Amino acid sequence: MGLSKQQIAQRIAQELQHNWYVNLGIGIPTLVANYVPKNIDVEFQSENGLLGMGPFPIEGEEDADLINAGKQTVTILKGGSLFDSALSFAMIRGQHVQLTVLGAMEVAQNGDIANWKIPGKLVKGMGGAMDLVASAENIIVAMMHTNKAGESKILKSCSLPLTGVNCVKKVVTNLAVLEIKNNAFYLIERAPGVSVEEIKAATEGDLIIEGEIPEMKFE
Amino acid sequence: MINKVVKNAKEALQGVEDSMTFMLGGFGLCGIPENCISELVELGTKDLTCISNNAGVDDFGLGLLLKKRQIKKMISSYVGENDEFERQMLSGELDVELIPQGTLAERCRATGAGIPAFYTPAGYGTEVAEGKETREFNGKMYVLEHAFNPEFAMVKAWKGDTSGNLIFKGTARNFNPMMAMAGKITIAEVEELVEVGELDPNQIHTPGIFVQRIFQGTNYEKRIEQKTVTPKS
Repeated sequence: MGLSKQQIAQRIAQELQHNWYVNLGIGIPTLVANYVPKNIDVEFQSENGLLGMGPFPIEGEEDADLINAGKQTVTILKGGSLFDSALSFAMIRGQHVQLTVLGAMEVAQNGDIANWKIPGKLVKGMGGAMDLVASAENIIVAMMHTNKAGESKILKSCSLPLTGVNCVKKVVTNLAVLEIKNNAFYLIERAPGVSVEEIKAATEGDLIIEGEIPEMKFE
Repeated sequence: MINKVVKNAKEALQGVEDSMTFMLGGFGLCGIPENCISELVELGTKDLTCISNNAGVDDFGLGLLLKKRQIKKMISSYVGENDEFERQMLSGELDVELIPQGTLAERCRATGAGIPAFYTPAGYGTEVAEGKETREFNGKMYVLEHAFNPEFAMVKAWKGDTSGNLIFKGTARNFNPMMAMAGKITIAEVEELVEVGELDPNQIHTPGIFVQRIFQGTNYEKRIEQKTVTPKS
């Protein structure tokens, strides 16, 4: 139901603004780079030490010494730069990066996010996510509205170990665009063909619905 | 100029003992000290504490040391893509301290820069901050994080000279410069070792003062973890 992962990325790309530096997390967020509006300039920062990240290399031109934070081979655009991990996180904590897009296992209505650990089951680590969410002024979470078992990931409070507190401002899921404020989720847009009732049913946290909720628009 | 050159990894790792703490550069498999890791496997040194952003994959990088149970404790930020690591961690055989990547980088930098501890916002309000001092600055909460104390740091550079000056390539730089600063003994393995004067001083990333031993590595595999390409059109 609702958007594909590509469409979630496409919707998030509409949030990009001219001259922004942007950090994209692993998974759906990485796809955002494919949908940058043509009339704006943005630069992508990869926290392993790369600004001005370009698309995947042409087959045969991949370089083991040029990867993104997801360990995928990438390219560097003209005007790009390379640096060490301490400088990279100085950019992040120092709020020189305007937007962070990352995935999540759970988001709560107070802006808490959990995305790094399921106790006893899955422990991958937080990577750079804790630094990113603790510092970014502008954080968008890209994720599916419910988990594989059909349970809501949009919650009153997170049940999993937290990655950061009171930090998420906006969530784009396969069903909806939600804004987090006043300790609640505000429904801003619906995915094409998805009803408000369906979004309500898939949302465990407090959902505020004000007036007519428009459908997302795609070009 | 002071000459730091040793013959090979075997000579570089002299003084390495069981139960020591090492820093190892690299992000994923990019920029890891392949020769030093192979030599550690050869030596069979045990009960190691390894500080490294990742733990390799099952059959390469630090995964090779894990497989032989040489590591007692890993200090990393991300350990996915390694089944053996996950198994040892969940079964309790391996002690693991997961810390935010930026905190890891800054703790390495602090170690070499004479800074015993610093405040960072990363991890505040999460289990990473449990038991740590916190403090408010300008209305925001921060966590006190400490420097490390490693006996050896092992880093990999693209080019180096006999005096220990290093230049890294691409994103293989990552943690290597900070770790180079942090070792009581820092070993640099390089793809190309040149005479002093051959590197442009303007281009040097890590000045030789931080490096105690340097050697030219051999048989670099430089494995790619996730090969992603754009098809030829």
